[in-house]
Amino acid sequence: MCLAVPGRVLDVAGDEPILRVGRVDFGGIVKQINLAFVPEAQVGDYVLVHVGFAITVIDEAEAERVFRHLEEIGELVVEEDGAA
Amino acid sequence: MRFRDEYRDAAAARRLADAIARTATRPWTLMEVCGGQTHAIVRFGIDELLPDGLSLVHGPGCPVCVTPVEYVDKAIEIAGRPGVVLCSFGDMLRVPGSAGDLLAAKSRGADVRVVYSPADAVAIARAEPEREVVFFAVGFETTAPANAMAAVLARREGLGNFSMLVSHVLVPPGMRAILEAPGNRIDGFLAAGHVCTVMGFEEYEPIAASYRVPVVVTGFEPVDILEGVYWCVRQLEAGRAEVENQYARAVRREGNRAAMATMREVFRVVPRRWRGIGDIADSGLGLAEAYAGFDAERRFGPVLLEAEAAGECISGAVLRGERRPTDCPAFGTRCTPEHPLGVTMVSSEGACAAYYRYRGAAAVAGGRR
Ligand code: SF4
Repeated sequence: MCLAVPGRVLDVAGDEPILRVGRVDFGGIVKQINLAFVPEAQVGDYVLVHVGFAITVIDEAEAERVFRHLEEIGELVVEEDGAA
Repeated sequence: MRFRDEYRDAAAARRLADAIARTATRPWTLMEVCGGQTHAIVRFGIDELLPDGLSLVHGPGCPVCVTPVEYVDKAIEIAGRPGVVLCSFGDMLRVPGSAGDLLAAKSRGADVRVVYSPADAVAIARAEPEREVVFFAVGFETTAPANAMAAVLARREGLGNFSMLVSHVLVPPGMRAILEAPGNRIDGFLAAGHVCTVMGFEEYEPIAASYRVPVVVTGFEPVDILEGVYWCVRQLEAGRAEVENQYARAVRREGNRAAMATMREVFRVVPRRWRGIGDIADSGLGLAEAYAGFDAERRFGPVLLEAEAAGECISGAVLRGERRPTDCPAFGTRCTPEHPLGVTMVSSEGACAAYYRYRGAAAVAGGRR
């Protein structure tokens, strides 16, 4: 029920904050999405969409952090192996 | 799809599973709060990657599952009135009321329509001014801003034929209720990522501190869930009980201020009954006074809650994480998604349905042992 899907903002329209909408591309499927809750979202940004409303802009630097962290875990394993 | 597929990488998942196995020295029980996480855990077999003794129990995180039967009955009753269009998210259609579900009402001729977004319900009210359009507003904090925006748009446009049957629930009071329950055995929580996208995670800090449980805000893909488990275990092994944010690509500590402002304009905090769990103070949202004119209960009469009847279904204990679906004698035999006895078998995010769908015969056999 709380499913939210990432998609890329293709354009932004609407002159009032609560009527801000845009087309969002979900891997080839394009839908009109309400952008009122992400006033900072720009064309090209990835947003998370839930029931037709974008609820956040995805932070791309944080998105990569997970994998940097994995690298660190990997190095730890190598070190431990080396010490053994 | 970007920001999804990379978090399903099997090698990354294995690396995290190894890190968890190296870190856990004692048995721990973690609860994932959100039904979307439960679904992913069972679908991708994440629980099977964890070391013995480390168990994931499934929380109440499905608003469909915890919606009281009387609200379903009320929705069916309203849908049966002439001139009414009852709009609902698709997952509510097969939730059993005390006699039948919304799908059955629809097949009897009621005008029940599935909407993808609450904005669609407003669009129907705009397009069909001669009909009363009622939106069945359920959900957690994730959905509350969107549902609130429907009321804002309806008021702005002066749509007198639009109203909402509201049964919204809030996650932190639900977590507290589980921690207070006598059978509680939860050592740590994976908090529901998208609820926190809206609300941030300040609310969880007093929970972590006063109940001494780590709370890790966690995403929904396998790599997210395994990292959430890893961080939670790391805290438990170190004797820490803090709030950490695994899902920082989508969650900031302060949440989404614009979304919260709309939510607070339209809704107020109310007591709420959770199906299978009971009454929890301050655990729901109802319409604020300024929006009371859009309250379907004022227009069509209030929902009257009655005592829950005890039956064969143990979904209450499943929702509290005390029992597993496979502990239920009816699981997979008298209770299946085609003939559900309880809501946790109906909703695709309910734990019983997830076990049935992805574990099938093996789960039934395991449950009989
Ligand atoms: S298997 Fe069916 S009867 Fe048993 S707890 Fe789950 S929903 Fe209830």
